[in-house]
Amino acid sequence: MLNARDILETIHMIQDEHLDVRTITMGISLLDCCAEDIDRSCTRLYDKVTKSAEKLVSTGENIEREFGIPIINKRISVTPIAMLAAASGGDPIKYAYAMEKAAREVGVNFIGGYSALVHKGFSAGDKELILSIPQALNETEHVCSSVNIGSTKSGINMDAVKMMGETVRKAAELSADKGCIGPAKLVVFCNAPEDNPFMAGAFHGPGEPDCVINVGVSGPGVVHAALKKAGDCDLTKVADVIKKTAFKVTRMGQLVGTEASRRLGVPFGIVDLSLAPTPAVGDSVARILEEMGLECCGTHGTTAALALLNDAVKKGGVMASSHIGGLSGAFIPVTEDEGMIAAAEEGILTLNKLEAMTAVCSVGLDMIVIPGDTPASTISAIIADEAAIGMVNSKTTAVRVIPAIGKEVGEQLNFGGLLGYGPVMPLCDKSANRFISRGGRIPAPMQSLKN
Amino acid sequence: MRAVITVIGKDMVGILAKVSTKCAEANANVIEVTQSVLQDMFAMIMLVDISGLNVQFAEMAEGLEALGNDMGLSVHVMHENIFNSMHRI
Repeated sequence: MLNARDILETIHMIQDEHLDVRTITMGISLLDCCAEDIDRSCTRLYDKVTKSAEKLVSTGENIEREFGIPIINKRISVTPIAMLAAASGGDPIKYAYAMEKAAREVGVNFIGGYSALVHKGFSAGDKELILSIPQALNETEHVCSSVNIGSTKSGINMDAVKMMGETVRKAAELSADKGCIGPAKLVVFCNAPEDNPFMAGAFHGPGEPDCVINVGVSGPGVVHAALKKAGDCDLTKVADVIKKTAFKVTRMGQLVGTEASRRLGVPFGIVDLSLAPTPAVGDSVARILEEMGLECCGTHGTTAALALLNDAVKKGGVMASSHIGGLSGAFIPVTEDEGMIAAAEEGILTLNKLEAMTAVCSVGLDMIVIPGDTPASTISAIIADEAAIGMVNSKTTAVRVIPAIGKEVGEQLNFGGLLGYGPVMPLCDKSANRFISRGGRIPAPMQSLKN
Repeated sequence: MRAVITVIGKDMVGILAKVSTKCAEANANVIEVTQSVLQDMFAMIMLVDISGLNVQFAEMAEGLEALGNDMGLSVHVMHENIFNSMHRI
């Protein structure tokens, strides 16, 4: 018989501590949709996505109802569109329209994969796709884009880094009248995972099966509550409490993933063990770090606390699921985390500290609002710094910064919903233009020579 | 297939009767009931067999939750597997 205390604990987690499954993401390969003619390619894309994901949303809702677990997002990731554009030629923006149409038809929250993998260089279709990203993000609502510009194995493609600084800036300028939403849907990666269920960086890697279900769990509120209950224990105990909580949260994700895969008749891919915050009070990663004993997230000690949290989440989660993948770790998106917003508004959480934090946790500089007059070369330099951390440490890093066009430090940018809001954060005003303009490739580090 | 029904709230006459009537209407067989009353807080956990339901699961769950609302109680109906997977290795 089930234990009454366990039952009440689960209900309490869901009702009061924001426990939820953040996303069920269906990965769909579009490799068989390539055609020589772009219009034909787009039709095939639309047909395959709408057919494969026809029941995704309703299945998600049924599981939500039966198991009593909120499933916040149902999403789709597809093969990087640059690969289709390589075969078909033509203006890649047509693919963005086809993706948007398909996303609307099946009712998903986002569709990711307007992407290119250029970590070693550009092939056919890549440059055209990157150039079209600002327009694609501005003219669609559900399409998300990502570009991989570096990896531990191949080094960093600095020509692509330069292009991406310009792309982020242009995406912000084009969508200035919509609160600069464009770059919030664009992620620049180093070591991008091929099975990531989280947006905006999700795409369906070329090594993935034809169709697959990946699940991303959440639960910063649950970890926070468990630590609060544990009181003034030492850090070994803190790590244990986080591990136990992460185990339970991940088991829930595993259950939802296998159930969704069974009902949809699609293989189950991975659970992404991530602590994904939201702007809601009680759902913040920053508040977990503060519960550990920091007066404010961003102060000295933040990197150590985050390293402990990130490691314990993985250790707890890894036994709870048959396959772990994606980004797996604690997210630190500034505008999506109530505690981070507060710390950034106070000026305690700075970009420099965030950069250090990205060396020990999942992802990277995420959802950071920067001044509207930031030159493209400075954005490229931020991307290069972050990619270097990822490349050298053999981990995924990413940059999703939003230039707030027309706004300066001290002002605020508000996206609403899960994307949240945040203050414009100050950057160093010295130029890196000459460094970025050099182009070329930063060679892969010694760590890449593992064979 | 089994579901767990939890009822939490202020104790009053007829909670068990009303909840089990709703279950009977949906043809859900009650397998086990545990309940406790701490001061005047009532907490009941009911395990029911839902393999022979004569309505959709969602319909039964919504009916029970609405009943809870009417009585000022918090009622949750969830599939048993969620608890098994979270609390058992």
